[in-house]
Amino acid sequence: MTRSAFLVAGAIAAAATAATAAEIKPGDVAYGEYGAVEQSLTGAPGDPERGREIMGTKSLGNCVSCHAVSDMSDIPFHGEVGPTLDGTGARWSEAELRGIVANAKMTFPESMMPSFYKTEGYIRPGDGFTGKAAEEPLPPLLTAQQIEDVVAYLKTLKEM
Amino acid sequence: MKTSSLRKTLGLSAAALAMGCGAALADADDNLVVNGEIEMVTQTEAPEHVEYLSTIRSGWTYRSDETQQFQMDDFDNPAMIFVDEARASWNTAEGSEGKSCASCHGTPEESMKGLRAVMPKWNEEAGEVWTLEKYVNDCRENRMGADAWGWTSTPMRNMTALISVPSRGMPVNVAIDGPARETWERGKELYYTRTGQLELSCANCHEDNHDNFIRADHLSQGQINGFPTYRLKNARLNSIHGRFKGCVRDTRAETFSPGSDDFVALQLYVASRGNGLSVEAPAVRN
Ligand code: HEC
Ligand code: HEC
Repeated sequence: MTRSAFLVAGAIAAAATAATAAEIKPGDVAYGEYGAVEQSLTGAPGDPERGREIMGTKSLGNCVSCHAVSDMSDIPFHGEVGPTLDGTGARWSEAELRGIVANAKMTFPESMMPSFYKTEGYIRPGDGFTGKAAEEPLPPLLTAQQIEDVVAYLKTLKEM
Repeated sequence: MKTSSLRKTLGLSAAALAMGCGAALADADDNLVVNGEIEMVTQTEAPEHVEYLSTIRSGWTYRSDETQQFQMDDFDNPAMIFVDEARASWNTAEGSEGKSCASCHGTPEESMKGLRAVMPKWNEEAGEVWTLEKYVNDCRENRMGADAWGWTSTPMRNMTALISVPSRGMPVNVAIDGPARETWERGKELYYTRTGQLELSCANCHEDNHDNFIRADHLSQGQINGFPTYRLKNARLNSIHGRFKGCVRDTRAETFSPGSDDFVALQLYVASRGNGLSVEAPAVRN
């Protein structure tokens, strides 16, 4: 908490270098009681266009493997494991969405949804999809800015 | 996506109406009869030890009509080429003792019927659970004086398919009590452990989400009654442990090795979840 407050102060003071200087590390993210994350992970605004691309790209978020999104119908084969994300930007606040994307298990305990901004505490962590062992901390599945981009895109999904 | 869940709902209610109970999910074209004579049970009531499923279903029931078709006649089943290769090897003497499988076992039809249905099983002498691969290599090393085959090697995959053929249509019936119990418990623990950076267990995909699509894949219950399985994707037979390895790898985890005690335990547990389904091996999948 103190640390993020300090980082905000830093971000305001050094606006030009904010994006890197103010980045909140995966271990330092402050989740609220129900899993929301108020603080931007980077201090820089998310880019919804890039967020959309991340969600549809297999090597990045690959969110469509589990979720259907009508707005992304140009991308084939949406999954049925999670709920459709249509209207998700109307259902959830930005802070709630940031919490869900960063670590969904803080909002939905035991959720099948992977934690995209988490680096340790895994059982048999592997090196990507090689099947080989990897040392923690692992790189998070998405970077701080990618999370912000995805959240920005999700906020645009207002219609059911 | 919509259509598949709609079809499922309709199929269920139609069957429930017709039979006065909700057990059967199949519609007419979901009957698997191989060569017009081997009737396969592709869905049935779940065994008691499978706590979270009421019906168990063969992987065959999740595949497209075109993929299903390949398995309905041995002339169309590409796995049979590999079964023929194994038959040649069955009859070939190898190793220091100058013996073939046939020297001791006659034909697979005579001596191997029923074996695949109870695999893996407790081996009293070895004091552990053995799979077909272990039995095959025991014969090769200790009775033929030949080299052991690699667990997922071509001759091993082919031979386990040949040995499965005479058991086709018989119900899977692996024993999980007695001395095998501890191994089974270990396998069960592995089945429910969420591994890798994606933190997914077998159960997340194959129990909680069977019949759902994950991207373009229609998730089945991950049953192994059809293994070794011919996959259209790689045009060869695939071993049980090879499949397990691929699924664990897809959770971004460090996999277990084929032939490891962990995978043998997992195999016993997964096999037991299919008790009551017919042996289909060698099945065809995409
Ligand atoms: C392996 C499956 C899986 C993947 C991959 C996945 N999710 Fe989810 N997601 C779920 C499930 C399941 C839920 C339902 C919450 C629960 O567990 O009860 C969910 C819930 C959500 C929700 C809340 C939806 C609502 O309106 O209630 C959002 C938003 C969301 N996911 C976004 C994403 C984004 C963005 C990504 C990719 C960066 C993603 N998900 C990747 C499985 C997944
Ligand atoms: C991220 C999802 C996922 C996880 C986790 C997963 N699998 Fe799978 N598995 C699949 C997909 C997709 C297929 C191919 C379609 C199908 O048959 O379900 C598959 C296929 C299989 C098959 C082949 C079934 C057949 O009839 O051909 C078996 C067996 C299997 N999995 C076992 C396992 C076991 C055991 C585990 C845990 C160690 C596991 N899977 C974990 C996604 C998964």
